[in-house]
Amino acid sequence: MADTVWILGITMTKFGKHPDADTVDLAAEAALGALADGGVTIEDVDVLAAGNLLGAGAGIGQQLQKQIGQTGIPVYNVANACATGATALRTAVMAIKAGEADVGLAVGVEKLAGAGLLAGGTRAGDSDTWQPRGRYGAVAALDGRVGTETMPGVFAQVGMQYLHEHRYGGTPLELFARISEKNHAHSTLNPLAAYTKAMSLEQIMGDLMIAYPNTRPMCSANCDGAAAAVVVSDATLKTLSREQQRRAVKISASVLTSDPWQEGCQVLPDVNTLTRSAARQAYEQAGVGPDDLDLVELHDCFATAELVHYDNLGLCEEGGAVDFLESGAPYRDGRMPVNVSGGLQSKGHPIAATGIANIWEVCHHLRGEAGPRQIEGARVGLAHVIGLGSACGVHILERSAA
Amino acid sequence: MQQRTPIVDYLVLDGDPHLVASECEQCGARYFDRRNACAACGAAGGFRQVAIDRQGELRAFTIVSMAAPGIDVPFVAGVVDCGGTTVRANVVNTPPDPDHVRLGMKLRLATFPLGTDSAGTEAVGFGFEPLEQS
Repeated sequence: MADTVWILGITMTKFGKHPDADTVDLAAEAALGALADGGVTIEDVDVLAAGNLLGAGAGIGQQLQKQIGQTGIPVYNVANACATGATALRTAVMAIKAGEADVGLAVGVEKLAGAGLLAGGTRAGDSDTWQPRGRYGAVAALDGRVGTETMPGVFAQVGMQYLHEHRYGGTPLELFARISEKNHAHSTLNPLAAYTKAMSLEQIMGDLMIAYPNTRPMCSANCDGAAAAVVVSDATLKTLSREQQRRAVKISASVLTSDPWQEGCQVLPDVNTLTRSAARQAYEQAGVGPDDLDLVELHDCFATAELVHYDNLGLCEEGGAVDFLESGAPYRDGRMPVNVSGGLQSKGHPIAATGIANIWEVCHHLRGEAGPRQIEGARVGLAHVIGLGSACGVHILERSAA
Repeated sequence: MQQRTPIVDYLVLDGDPHLVASECEQCGARYFDRRNACAACGAAGGFRQVAIDRQGELRAFTIVSMAAPGIDVPFVAGVVDCGGTTVRANVVNTPPDPDHVRLGMKLRLATFPLGTDSAGTEAVGFGFEPLEQS
């Protein structure tokens, strides 16, 4: 196995509305920011992996090169649903591990401000006559007639299924609203978050219902944004300055999984099994356990999703996610701070940027550069993303000993 | 008699309406859609049709209030465990609120007309309704 791979430079743009910047502008801002943060230039980069899910056919990597440097290096345009950013990073990491590159650049970008429901936002029209179509032989659009295809509805069921399996006796709406209250409170300390307003439990519960028990502030915020990371081999890092070595963050684990078949996964996506598998592999690779983590950024695309991932990532005992939340553990002053960035519910979720932006957040703390929201003395952190279909990325990061 | 067509080909309208699945002849994994081979075991040996229980238990649900234009909201979408086979469906014939829809509630299959097309064929949809009306 090749040596350790390090994050040398990493950045994220402000998440929110960028009406005057296109996807390439945002990608360029993030990429140039990451290169500058790492103290290198595009001339030093041996491989580029880039993702822009909504424009997956356009070749964002090459589009980006035309703005920041066409150096002829191999470009991998990747698309893996909401795990696209993590997949880009993992691609660059693999190129270094394979010995084909010393320096890699990974970029994720999305423009989503003003987008409504992303899946299930439009419905195929019914034809004039009932004609069976597709693999279900459906004579009419199924969304709304045979369950729901909207993401808030799908993930609502994911959370409700967990409550059913573990015989929760309380009020689901209030339970999940508490997760959202936590993340919105965390966001007030993150100037790069799309929304930075604290919200009370009553405000969250009383807001517009999207798909019970997810109200609007319990859903990830559609917004524009980009994030980028420069990764280097261990041998390359050793040739760089003391300051670069001090700020470098060790990638102790980099794992990507897809969903193994489970009964029921054809009906409701199983976001649990592949996350558990990724977490298990990541802890093994890194030689750490959940108790060693100082902070976690996990994929709270909806409040109902955050709950199940406490359990999937092993942050609590099996079946103990509700108790974990109620113990105060995932709050920024708790035992295991989760989503101190504000999470996707307030920081925002520009799809392909998310899987690098969550790593930026963890790195920011490990470098001791997170300012007022710094988790003091953070040494080890975990970043998790999941894209339906499904793909799960888990990275474990450690502060440099240099 | 008017021609009728099911909303999906895994809804059987003859006799007592029921759902059918394709079951892998090697490992028993069940599918409602057409598969080229089995996603569970990889076998391409073939599938047999099996009938799904008409009653089940609600394992998860959501009450959708925001959906694409043309979809009547609110409606209840759920996941129903029918004797070990998981089914996706709406929960129907009950008010769409958390006081009437509860995790673990017992349900049974129900069918209803979706409308008649220009050729005079009626499409029939399905959902699950509470076994005991509360």
